[in-house]
Amino acid sequence: MDVEILARIQFAFTIMFHYIYPPLSIGLGLLLVIMEGVYMKTGDEAYHRMARFWTKMFAVTFAIGVATGIVMEFEFGTNWATYSRYVGDVFGSALAAEGVFAFFLESGFLALLLFGWERISPRLHYFSTIMVCLGAHFSAIWIIVANSWMQTPAGYHIVGEGLGARAEITDFWAMVFNPSSVERLLHTVVAAWLTGAFLVISVSAYYLLKKRHKTFAVNSLRIALIVAAVSVLLQAVLGDMSARGVAKNQPMKLAAMEGIYETQKGAPLVLFGIPDSESASVKNEIAIPKLLSFLSFRDLNAEVKGLNEVPRKDWPNVMAVFTTYRLMLLMWVLMVLVVASAWWKWKKGTLLESKGLLRFMIVSVLFPQIANQTGWIAAEMGRYPWIVQDLLRISEGLSKSVTAQPVLGSLIMFTTVYLFLFLMFLYLFNEKIKHGPDEPEEETPYHGLHSLVGGIGND
Amino acid sequence: MTEIYTLEFSWFLIFVVLLTGFSILDGFDLGVGIFHLFSKSDEERRLMLNTIGPVWDGNEVWLVTAGGALFAGFPDVYATLCSAFYIPIMLLLAGLIFRAVAIEFRSKQPMAWWRWMWDLLFSGASLVIALGLGLVMGNLIEGIPLDNQKEFTGDFVDLLHPYAFLVGILVVALFSMHGVIYVLMKTEGALHDKMREWVNPAIILFIMMYAFTTVTTLIYFPHMADAIKERPVFLIFAFLNMLAIANIPREIHHNRDGRAFLSSCMNIACLMALFGIGTFPNVIRASNDPELLSMTIWNSASSSKTLWILHLIAAIGIPVVLAYTIAIYYIFRGKVRLDSTSY
Repeated sequence: MDVEILARIQFAFTIMFHYIYPPLSIGLGLLLVIMEGVYMKTGDEAYHRMARFWTKMFAVTFAIGVATGIVMEFEFGTNWATYSRYVGDVFGSALAAEGVFAFFLESGFLALLLFGWERISPRLHYFSTIMVCLGAHFSAIWIIVANSWMQTPAGYHIVGEGLGARAEITDFWAMVFNPSSVERLLHTVVAAWLTGAFLVISVSAYYLLKKRHKTFAVNSLRIALIVAAVSVLLQAVLGDMSARGVAKNQPMKLAAMEGIYETQKGAPLVLFGIPDSESASVKNEIAIPKLLSFLSFRDLNAEVKGLNEVPRKDWPNVMAVFTTYRLMLLMWVLMVLVVASAWWKWKKGTLLESKGLLRFMIVSVLFPQIANQTGWIAAEMGRYPWIVQDLLRISEGLSKSVTAQPVLGSLIMFTTVYLFLFLMFLYLFNEKIKHGPDEPEEETPYHGLHSLVGGIGND
Repeated sequence: MTEIYTLEFSWFLIFVVLLTGFSILDGFDLGVGIFHLFSKSDEERRLMLNTIGPVWDGNEVWLVTAGGALFAGFPDVYATLCSAFYIPIMLLLAGLIFRAVAIEFRSKQPMAWWRWMWDLLFSGASLVIALGLGLVMGNLIEGIPLDNQKEFTGDFVDLLHPYAFLVGILVVALFSMHGVIYVLMKTEGALHDKMREWVNPAIILFIMMYAFTTVTTLIYFPHMADAIKERPVFLIFAFLNMLAIANIPREIHHNRDGRAFLSSCMNIACLMALFGIGTFPNVIRASNDPELLSMTIWNSASSSKTLWILHLIAAIGIPVVLAYTIAIYYIFRGKVRLDSTSY
C-alpha cells in the first residue's frame, strides 16, 4: 500500500477513535452543570450524589479524550507535513487558541471538579463545573472553525508559488466565521449534547430494568430526557441548515451524499437506493420527486449540481458518503423514537414496566455515537479529493520525507493500543455502572449519635 | 545582522516559555512516574500518585499548547520536526496515552494484577516520554540533515546516536531529581523519610550527567557556546544554574523542601534558557550545511499578521491561565492525604 492510503487510514482511525470521547465530555459537561445546578438550587443530596457519580464517568472519558487528542495534534505534522506548512498560518492560530482558551480551562478546573468536593465551597465547585463545561465547548469551537475553514476557506490569500505556496490570514474574523463554521459548530455541539444525554438515558434505563438505584435513575433520566428532547428538535433545524450550507458551498459533496450523478432541475430525494458510480446511477431507488431541490434551495425546481460537473477521478466514494449520510439520518429517527416513546410511557406512568422500551433505551447510547461517526465520514469523505476545498489535494498534503513503513508501523501500534484502551474503557465503565452511585446511609434513630462516635473514634 | 527584537523573536520566546513551563510542571509528574516502581507498597504508590493527582493533566496541556504555538507561529518547523522525528514522536504519543490512562485507571480496581499492570505502564510511559524528549533535544543540538525544501533527508537510524541518548538520559535524571524533590515537599511521615534517602543519589546522578553532557557538548558541538562568547552577559544563566543546583542539597539539609523545589525549578528554567541561547536563531539546525539550510525563527515563521493575532491570543489568554493555575495549586497546597476523591 502507498503512503497516501496508509496515512488516510491512520488519520481516519485515530480521529474516529478519538471522537468517541469529546462528544461525551461536552454532553456530560452540560448535564453535570444541570445536575449540580439543581443541587445548588434545592440542596437535595440526591442530586449531589448524582453529580458525583457522573463526574467520575466524565473523568474517565475526559482522560481518554485528552490522550487521544494529543495524537491528533501531532499527526498533522508527522503524516501531513506539507499540509501543515500550507495551512499553518491559518489553521495553527485556531489550534493555538484552542490550547490557550479551552484546554487549560478544562484541565485546570477539572482538578477542582474531581478533587475539590471536600476542599472548596459548593459555590466554587459549581463554578468549576461550569468552567469545565465551557472549556469543553470552547475546544469544539476552535477545532470546528479549523475544520470548517478546510471545507469553505475564507479570510486568506495564497502567498508563494508551486512548492512554496501557502495560505496566509488576511482577515481573522472572516476565517473564524467562514461560510460553514457557525452551522457546522452548532450541529456538532448539539450532537454532543445528544451523545451525553443518551449515555445517561442508557445507564438510567439499565438501573430501572435491574430495579436498582431507582430514585437516582428516575432523576437522572428526567434531566437527560429533557436535554435529549430539546436537542433532537434543535438538530432537525440545525441539520437542515448544515445540509443547505453544503448544497450552497460544496455542491459536489451534496451530489455524493444524495447520489446525484447528473445536474438536474427539480432533483428528487432518494430515500433508499444503491448508488453505482460505474453506471453513474442509483439502483433500486425509492425517491420523492423534487424534494431534494426544495430541501436544498427552498424551490421545487432549483437546479442541483451533479457529479458530472467534475472529472470522474475527482468523484468522492459515492457509495460510502451516500450510505453513511443516510445512516446518520436513520440514527436521528431512532433517537426521536426513543425520546417520544419514553415521554409517552413516562406520562402514562408505565415506563418502569415497559421492559422492551427500557432495553431499547439501553441500546440507544449507540445511536448518537453512530450518528457522530457516520456524519463525520460523510462530511470528510464528501470533500474528496480536497484536503482544503479547491486549494490543496489530499495527495499533495503528505509528508515528503515519510515512507510507507513507519506509517504502517505506527498504524499497527495505534490499532493495538486503542483496541486495548477501548476494552479497558468498556470494562471500567461497566464496573462503574454495576457499582452505581453511592447510596445514602439508612436513616436510623441513632443516626445523630453515629457521627459523634465516629468523631471520637477518629481523633 | 538582522534585527533581533521582532514578532518572530517574541513568539519564539513565548514558545520557549511554554516549553519551560511544561518541563518544570510536567517534569515532576514524569519524575514521580519514573520513580513509581521503586516504592513497594500500594499505599506509598497511591500517595505518590496523588501528589500529582489533581495537576498532572493541566501540566500536560503546556506541551499541547507549546505544540499549537509551534504549529501556528512556525508551521515549517512544526512540519519538519514532526515528520523527521516520526518514530520518536509516535513513541512519545504512545507514552502520553499510557501515562494518562494508567493514572486514571490504576486505582479504580483493587486487584493486584490490575494495579501492577497500570503501575508498569505508568512508570514505563513516563520513562519513554522523558527519554524521547531528551532524544529530540539532543538531535536539535547536533542538527539533522535537511534539503533546501526544509525536508528531512536522513533516516530514523541517523537520529539514534550516542549524544542524543546522552541528552535523553540527562533529561531522565533531571526529571527524576525534580520528581523526588516534589514528592519530598508534598508528603509526610514514612514516605517523606524515604524520599530524603532517595534524594541524594538522585541529585548526584543528575550532577554527574549534567557535567558529562556539558563537557561533551562543548567538545563536539562548540556552536552551542558561540552566542555566549559573543554576549558574555549570558554567562549569568550558567552561573544562576550552578547556584540553583548547589542550593538544592543545602535547602534539603535545612528541611526547607519548598525552597529546594523552587531551586530545582530554577535549574530547569536555566537549562532551557541555555539550550535556547545556544541554538538561537536556529530552531532546527541543518547538520549538513548549518549556514545555508538551517531552519531559523526568521525563515520558518508565519506571516506577521498571524503572529500579531497569536500575540493577542496569548496576551488575553495567558494571564488568565496563569491566574487560575496558581489558584488551583494554592487550593491543593500542603501535604497530600488519601481521601474519597483520591486516585
